[in-house]
Amino acid sequence: MTTATLENTSAGTADAATRSFTVTFLIRRFDPDVDTEPRWQDFDVEMYATDRVLDALHKIKWEQDGSLTFRRSCAHGICGSDAMRINGRNRLACKTLIKDLDISKPIYVEAIKGLPLEKDLVVDMEPFFASYREVQPFLQSTSAPAPGKERVQSVAERARFDDTTKCILCAACTSSCPVFWTDGQYFGPAAIVNAHRFIFDSRDDEAKVRLDILNDKEGVWRCRTTFNCTDACPRGIEVTKAIAEVKQAILRGKP
Amino acid sequence: MNSDTASAETTIVDGVHHHQFDIVIVGAGGAGMRAAIEAGPGARTAVISKLYPTRSHTGAAQGGMAAALANVEEDSWEWHTFDTIKGGDYLVDQDAAEILAREAIDAVIDLENMGLPFNRTPDGKIDQRRFGGHTRDHGKAPVRRACYAADRTGHMILQTLFQNCVKLGINFFNEYYVLDLVMTDVDGVPQPSGVVAYDLATGELHVFQAKAVIFATGGFGKIYKTTSNAHTLTGDGVGIIWRKGLPLEDMEFFQFHPTGLAGLGILLTEGARGEGAILRNASGERFMERYAPTIKDLAPRDIVSRCMVQEVAEGRGAGPHKDYVLLDCTHLGAEVLETKLPDITEFARTYLGVDPVYEPVPVMPTAHYAMGGIPTNVKAEVLRDNTTVVPGLYAAGECACVSVHGSNRLGTNSLLDINVFGKRAGRNAVEYVNSGVDFTPLPDDPAGAIRRMLQELRDSNGTERIAAIRKELQEEMDRNAQVFRTEESLTHVASVIAGLRERYKNIAVQDKGKRFNTDLLEAVELGFLLDLAEVVVESARNRQESRGGHMRDDYPNRDDEKYMQHTMAYLSGDAHSSVVSDHIRLDWKPVTITHYQPMERKY
Repeated sequence: MTTATLENTSAGTADAATRSFTVTFLIRRFDPDVDTEPRWQDFDVEMYATDRVLDALHKIKWEQDGSLTFRRSCAHGICGSDAMRINGRNRLACKTLIKDLDISKPIYVEAIKGLPLEKDLVVDMEPFFASYREVQPFLQSTSAPAPGKERVQSVAERARFDDTTKCILCAACTSSCPVFWTDGQYFGPAAIVNAHRFIFDSRDDEAKVRLDILNDKEGVWRCRTTFNCTDACPRGIEVTKAIAEVKQAILRGKP
Repeated sequence: MNSDTASAETTIVDGVHHHQFDIVIVGAGGAGMRAAIEAGPGARTAVISKLYPTRSHTGAAQGGMAAALANVEEDSWEWHTFDTIKGGDYLVDQDAAEILAREAIDAVIDLENMGLPFNRTPDGKIDQRRFGGHTRDHGKAPVRRACYAADRTGHMILQTLFQNCVKLGINFFNEYYVLDLVMTDVDGVPQPSGVVAYDLATGELHVFQAKAVIFATGGFGKIYKTTSNAHTLTGDGVGIIWRKGLPLEDMEFFQFHPTGLAGLGILLTEGARGEGAILRNASGERFMERYAPTIKDLAPRDIVSRCMVQEVAEGRGAGPHKDYVLLDCTHLGAEVLETKLPDITEFARTYLGVDPVYEPVPVMPTAHYAMGGIPTNVKAEVLRDNTTVVPGLYAAGECACVSVHGSNRLGTNSLLDINVFGKRAGRNAVEYVNSGVDFTPLPDDPAGAIRRMLQELRDSNGTERIAAIRKELQEEMDRNAQVFRTEESLTHVASVIAGLRERYKNIAVQDKGKRFNTDLLEAVELGFLLDLAEVVVESARNRQESRGGHMRDDYPNRDDEKYMQHTMAYLSGDAHSSVVSDHIRLDWKPVTITHYQPMERKY
């Protein structure tokens, strides 16, 4: 499974990597102290093909406009801070390379959708984490492990939920979901992914509780399998498949 | 703020919010959250973090966490202790290393029991892999000691600890940036009474009064340009302690991880070499055979990094500019790469366009880990000098210096450190706050100094760009205080830093707003970076020997007679004076030796 980084593929050559060029970014700005509505602002930035969109945002902030506001930390796709809409698709800015975008046109950058806009590219993440907390995202076992020993788990049992352990809670999936855009009460793909991670963990004994939670009217049945979430996941998690597996588990009454 | 759980008991005085908790933990990475899991059930606890907890850089750690479980071959915690001490070039406090290695086993089991999805052996136990410097029977051969979850071990630790904090209902104050430790004079001795934090969302100040404060704020790799560290690793916690006049230990010892993606510094785990990957120079030679004939590519990081830089310096570098070496994983096969090293495989593909299945990956050392930091004893209590504890103040993780890493940390020992000493910090803080101590009274206007600092920065009509000063600092540190250092290079970078500190007084903050003012945040962070870089360089100048991560070209040998001791740096006098010796005082602290007399370090 490849992860979501490519828009169109153009093979970068050694020559292209060492030549810089001007790229226009159109960024949707919003200053809560001043603006009543968001507005688009354009910036021209000198970039190399191997630069990331995050590099462009830094160049703007550090050289042109210090007020441009966005979250970022690790800058290599692990921490999940910088999910944003890049040319209309949810991406991590630090995993999206200029060479993979069509730079003959401006590159549009805006905050992820469906969560309250705070400032520029920053949204309020609290509703997202509230849904996460609701699915009881922690191991619950009714039996105590032998003192000083690990619980035994076979290689196959461990592999069963490997895909959903990769989630970095960046919200790219949830905020790409059209159901979530129109119904903020919907748990959203990320919460279901994190429920899946425990429902299918052989060491966990409370799958039924989570399946009940997700059998709610705001639960998995709201998913309309548009695959936006799978396309958006920067970790290559097969999100739609995970949701489908949770649906089947609800129908079966067990994982 | 985590609206679900955080305390609603807040009063507002002169626009400053006041909270009261028994224990305040600063930082929500591995050490902070491990401490919280220990502290939360026993005392009213708050965790304050400048990021959402899951953004913390523990999540970027890849290869593993060491513990002598002996699940796949014979091993013992005593061998682990020895490896840690030898790996740190004998500057390790041996009582602390013994605790680290002995408590490692429970630390791994704790995490598994909390839910961490470790890779498994065919019989369902936690699987283990090889890592640099970890050996069987005191150096005879590499041993499988690193417990791991693919190359996402740090991610799994961070997620598991966060999950368990959610389970316990820990109070989180997310995107609150702690800027000051409040100290109150009690009988003429300053005692911690709380912290001051800046709420990034609103721009408002919060004072958290606490009986005990735990610092778990991580490292400061952003003093360098080429680094595996996150943008947010600016050493704020270490800087706060420094500004309070408390000492910092062994700051000259910074680890450069051998395998950063060339030109980018993004980490490729040592676990790759643990699985059999090989470093090669331009001619394809496995050069580590020449330098470390017994354990070759699995020599400790300081040694491998030096060898790589030397290969390049002597003209054997690869690539059009002969400026990197190659990490060859091609013989491992697609399956090992996809199942045991999937993330680094993708990093190479995404960021360099190189597929490790078919081509070797260009790599060079990257600034990775601060061995030094806030001195503590083995109870994680912060020291105000070589022996005296600051009651109620604790530190754990990369920001702290116990010292279990000495002059060079072994791979997988930091994920271990955060768990062992994070747990100890939490447990000891609970014991302290429940021992009948009262809150230390706050001084008048505890947030006053910070309010004035932020106001000055916001109001400044300066002309210097934050990014320009930071860039110059980072580039000069890379050039002069990296893998190899000399009196000349260090003296040069010291004068550069002095100049940058002058220019810092005239910086421009463009964003004048209150909400999510990350421009202001970067200005404050730069102040900490400048302070800490100065301490690193001054400590490095003062140590005229080569040991572990500190290699002086002009003093190439280890000198146990003079330097078998920890550096202790103190802020003394006016921090803004231009002559460094006017405001940094250096002292020494003895190394604790229990069973292992220093020997020549050969692999």
